[in-house]
Amino acid sequence: MRWRDPLLLVVLIFLVWEVLYLLVGDVALRSPAATAKNLGALLGDERFMPHVGETALAFAQGFAIALVVGLLIGVPLGAARFAGEVAEPILVALYSIPKVTLYPVILLVFGIGMPAKVAFGAIHGIVPIAMFAMNAVRNVNPTHVRTARALRLSPWAFSTKILFPAALPEIVTGIRVGFSLALIGTLLGEMFGSQRGLGHLLMQAMSLHNIERILALTLLLVAFAAGVNALLLALDRHLHRGLP
Amino acid sequence: MIVSLRAVSRVYPARAGQPEVHALGPIDLELAQGEFFAVVGPSGCGKSTLLDVMAGLASPSCGEVHFEGKQVKGVVPPGIGVVFQEDASFPWLTVHDNIAFGLRQTGAAEGEVAAQVAYAVEFMGLKDFARAYPAQLSGGMRQRVCIARTLVLKPRLILLDEPFGALDQQTRLLMGDELLRLWRETGATILLITHALDEATMLADRVGVMSARPGRFLDIIPTGWPRERDSTIVASESFGRLTGRIWTLLRGESIRALGRA
Amino acid sequence: MNASVARIVLVVGAVAALELLCRTGVIPNFTMIPPSAMAQSLWKILASGKFTPDIVTTLTNVGIAIAAAMIVGVAIGTLLQSSPTTRRVLDPLFATYYAVPMYAFYPLLIVIFGLGDLPQVAIGFLLAVMAVILNTLNGLDRVPPVLLKAARVHRLGPLKTALQVRLPCAAPYVFTGFKLAVAYSFIGVIGAEFITSSRGIGYEISFAYNNFDNGVMYAMILFILLLVITVNMSLHAWEKRLLARRRRI
Repeated sequence: MRWRDPLLLVVLIFLVWEVLYLLVGDVALRSPAATAKNLGALLGDERFMPHVGETALAFAQGFAIALVVGLLIGVPLGAARFAGEVAEPILVALYSIPKVTLYPVILLVFGIGMPAKVAFGAIHGIVPIAMFAMNAVRNVNPTHVRTARALRLSPWAFSTKILFPAALPEIVTGIRVGFSLALIGTLLGEMFGSQRGLGHLLMQAMSLHNIERILALTLLLVAFAAGVNALLLALDRHLHRGLP
Repeated sequence: MIVSLRAVSRVYPARAGQPEVHALGPIDLELAQGEFFAVVGPSGCGKSTLLDVMAGLASPSCGEVHFEGKQVKGVVPPGIGVVFQEDASFPWLTVHDNIAFGLRQTGAAEGEVAAQVAYAVEFMGLKDFARAYPAQLSGGMRQRVCIARTLVLKPRLILLDEPFGALDQQTRLLMGDELLRLWRETGATILLITHALDEATMLADRVGVMSARPGRFLDIIPTGWPRERDSTIVASESFGRLTGRIWTLLRGESIRALGRA
Repeated sequence: MNASVARIVLVVGAVAALELLCRTGVIPNFTMIPPSAMAQSLWKILASGKFTPDIVTTLTNVGIAIAAAMIVGVAIGTLLQSSPTTRRVLDPLFATYYAVPMYAFYPLLIVIFGLGDLPQVAIGFLLAVMAVILNTLNGLDRVPPVLLKAARVHRLGPLKTALQVRLPCAAPYVFTGFKLAVAYSFIGVIGAEFITSSRGIGYEISFAYNNFDNGVMYAMILFILLLVITVNMSLHAWEKRLLARRRRI
């Protein structure tokens, strides 16, 4: 029963939460049940949905940019061996720097508001998508490439019939990682310099010491991120089945 | 008598989709103190299982194993050394530290450890490589490190599971000579598992021939060799006769094992 | 031309291009100052020692996060490896952990722990610890069974087997976890300082931004970039030396 274990895990997490609440009390936590109720109330509140929309819009745009730019960078780098070799340590270095430190630069370039948030989400997502795409293309079985050349396939035919299907599983893994990171990036951007959106609401709730709201928003964000990731992971595993 | 096995067998119970597997036995065996005993048999007959049970690495499903008068059950008793088929050298330690490993566990003084390790290194011909790491050595040398690591603890019973399996024939014969030298110098009892008939015949005082799975002893053949022997006995007439006798017993079993595999 | 040379040329070229664009005014000074000015400003700041307490704070917090992540992570990884059932149940958690916005917990941590350094260390720790657990598990999974048998022949108990055989064997993978722990601790601590804090490098960058002080801001950003890149490159070099012992010739 593949759904039994994750369900058990979710139940366990809620149990641990409840125990923590009983230990710590209302000064710092709310119970899972109360939080679920608060979240329900929030979702019904008409002033809340615009914020969700703002975050969703920023994230969608940021992710889309990350996807396109990441693939545009990654696929050619995977195909051109030398360029890929040169670029890889640079990409790894970019991956490990705290991108949060670049946020002021982005704000200076784009000003406060939606474009900056989109940019922030995008830069978080670009590097992993590029790296996975590069590896995916690089690792296409050379025998397939030689076969294509022997069959004298046009570049278009080669790309659609051989390159794309072979590289797809690894690219999807990159997209999954990029999705999560772009979401984190968008949220982070909203937490720091925005007047709207879920991240901003979170920071506002913190400064007002509004524990119910903090927990409700955190629950919403965590559930959404985890849920989508689980779906993408299922897709990822499905594509990778039967592969070494 | 240093080791005895009485009616020992090992059965792996039935599991999801897998039937019960009778891997070994029943086995009755007694090893005399200081003897060199070889075990040959077709693949999959349970030779390695026999070694595991004798050493205390696995528990028999039935029967009892006794070492130096005490029952062996679940824990490896002190005084037993094992050299495995696969390379068991520790890749993160130098040759010197690998060999010193067991000694250091006993809490011996560092000076004493160094002296013993130096002797073992010399004995196994590893002197130039004491500071090297196993990854830098050939397969044969790594096995020598494992043997040295066992040796240095002066075990009274040494169990070897196809230790020279990965080596070429000439190296095997030479390693056989070394094993005999080791045996004479330490006075230990040795049980050697091998699939090479000539190796068994050449090295052992007695050769146990196992049947196909579940492995039982078809026969135990004494070789009658003098204690001072080396690989040159492969030229002798009795060597050919003994090897022929073993193969006659084994041939049918091997065919049966292949058919089942 | 080999790859390293090409890389250096690329990076130097990019910096030079940036310098040119800033100095000619294509990129205005209120957006970005030239890299040379960033370097100068950083030099002045370091020499004056004005931000040394912040630097010490950040580095200390990062260090604590790394140490905690390594100790707890290796311990949990080792314990988990011996319990396949628990591991199977926790598997969805492992798969989803890094998709969750860890920073979303930051306000909660501040509410629980107050406004000191603990919430930042906690975020760094939370981000780092899972990488250590996952890599420790991976490394322990790959210990050849014959080594475990050898440990039993040497009559080592479970604790000694773990400390003297399993973990040393898994060390290359644990080191990978360590590299990630370092990267994630920096990301977590500095990111948290940025969002809300009263001291530390992240805080100073945020403060300088709010006060339109590009000189200080870019100097500190440069500092973090150089620090993180240097640390990661050093770890990479160290790892190569350690692994050289184990590489079959």
